[in-house]
Amino acid sequence: MFAPEIVLTAVLNGLLTGSVYALIALGLTLVYGVLHIINFAHGALLTAAMFAVLVVHLGLGIDPYVAILFLTPLFYALGYLLQRFVIGPASHGSDTNLLLVTLGLSIVIENALLAVFRSDTRSIDVPYAFSSIDIGFTLLSVPRVIAFAVALGVALVLGALLTLTDIGKSIRAVAKEKLGAALVGIDVNHVYAVTFGLGTACLAVAACLLMPTFYVTPRAGNAFVLVAFTIVVLGGMGSILGALLGGLIIGVVESLCGLCLGESLGQIGIFLIFILVLLLRPTGLFGAKA
Amino acid sequence: MSARGLLPIAVVVGLLALIPLGVSANTVLNFLVFTLIIAIAAQGWNILGGYGGQFSFGHAAFFGTGAYATAMLQVHLGLNSWIAFAIGIGAGAAVGLVIGFLSFRSGLRGSYFALITLAFAEVLRIVANASAATGGAAGILIKLDVRPTNFQFHSRAAFFWIALAIVAVVLVVTRWLEHSRFGAQLIAVRENEDAARALGVDVLRVKLGAIILSAAVTASAGCLYAQYFLYLDSTIAYGVWISVEALLAPIVGGIGTVFGPLIGALALHGLGNLTSQMAGRIPGIDLVVYGALLVLAIAFAPKGLLGLVKRLRTRVTRRAIAGPG
Repeated sequence: MFAPEIVLTAVLNGLLTGSVYALIALGLTLVYGVLHIINFAHGALLTAAMFAVLVVHLGLGIDPYVAILFLTPLFYALGYLLQRFVIGPASHGSDTNLLLVTLGLSIVIENALLAVFRSDTRSIDVPYAFSSIDIGFTLLSVPRVIAFAVALGVALVLGALLTLTDIGKSIRAVAKEKLGAALVGIDVNHVYAVTFGLGTACLAVAACLLMPTFYVTPRAGNAFVLVAFTIVVLGGMGSILGALLGGLIIGVVESLCGLCLGESLGQIGIFLIFILVLLLRPTGLFGAKA
Repeated sequence: MSARGLLPIAVVVGLLALIPLGVSANTVLNFLVFTLIIAIAAQGWNILGGYGGQFSFGHAAFFGTGAYATAMLQVHLGLNSWIAFAIGIGAGAAVGLVIGFLSFRSGLRGSYFALITLAFAEVLRIVANASAATGGAAGILIKLDVRPTNFQFHSRAAFFWIALAIVAVVLVVTRWLEHSRFGAQLIAVRENEDAARALGVDVLRVKLGAIILSAAVTASAGCLYAQYFLYLDSTIAYGVWISVEALLAPIVGGIGTVFGPLIGALALHGLGNLTSQMAGRIPGIDLVVYGALLVLAIAFAPKGLLGLVKRLRTRVTRRAIAGPG
């Protein structure tokens, strides 16, 4: 078998990757928990955010980490408007329609990006892309450690927002009982749009964290979003804690599968977990009974 | 099944069959064959999604299995193409049985069913991309050997008529489904699964029947694709694109109707082709139109083009009856 250092390195790297997965899954699970829709546009929105990071870096010379400060509110607004004026009205309140509207949106966004940027693989050049920290038995990449810290921070902020603020309370109220929330005077459509905006804002942060070490193509988001679906199902649809832990678990699983089976089969472990969880325990680790 | 039910099918198929007599340009025939292949895949989706209400996001699993089985049986075992074609359909149906049994037995519905079908298709794609038997990432090539006994023809028109014949068979099967006891049970499951069960419908058996039929039809589209283009790789066969095409056409054309998938496929690809020609072949622009159409169809024509036509017709007749003013 493998030496313990190699396995431990794989586990650590898996945790670092997993934190970004968790951040992407947070957005997805939040939207699911409140709107009860599987947002198929999540991947395309992530790709759009990654291109936004690319454009502000190449065009204005702004560092990806600085870009977090203004891309996050920008994508919050984008998500808010999309839900309020496109997804909500178009779906007439039916679940399958929501599924299909977000699928349609993802096709539009992805291919609009393809039309503008073509299918070339692009990446940005930052001086710290290859710097690393020595932790004794292995080296960890600095951008990925930063990503880990920021992703956990965002999860904490999101958790605090949901439990401590008024809008957080309305979001939880709508998630539990839409009609009841409407009866006590909560504007349900506004809350839906805020939730969708928050989910999209998570993607902007994730994109800023990914771009220093990753590349972008018009289809780049898809790979992440299938993984994010797995995490959301594994952690329990709608559970923030579940998404966080699920993300870390999946990151480690992918890393270890890649170590044992080789790069091309690495992702198969994720999908097998996905299928098994769906078949055996569709409510996930932390999900409430439907 | 009455002659009345079959007449529209005969008329539509008969008219389409005349096209190659008037048009001989290869580009047009290529376009038509490809569109018919999509229409067949979509007809398959429509049986499970339209009549059964089970929205699959992974019909690529059936399309790809049919395609790969057809190709691999010829390349590795030297089997006759027609026999490989038939076995390919059976292989697709078998995959349908397995996926259906696993997911329906666990009671997965709605979004969960959509997700698990997507995951199955992805697993098959990754396996096909990595395994040696499928040619891995380089893909698999069927040897060019143009003989009718080998299911390869000089004229594209021949492929067009074969594709059209499959479309016709599935149209008749779908019409039968609408009037059969099995179809009625399937629609009952779609409308209210618990009520159907309470009335004594064996829900699992009905859903399994639907997914097997649906998978076989979509697999036949995959077999035809392999035989027409003679090349496959994992992103073609098991890619998300075919799962999306298969569900898009019925939704745009008219979900749960006999002609919906065919009309949807012709409308989508006609329009997609038109826009990509007008926009000067910018990659992806035709798909932007698809996506926008999907959103618009759901927002303004939830019953598809067929439903839209019906609604406009009743509005016109109502106005005619009401008279001026």
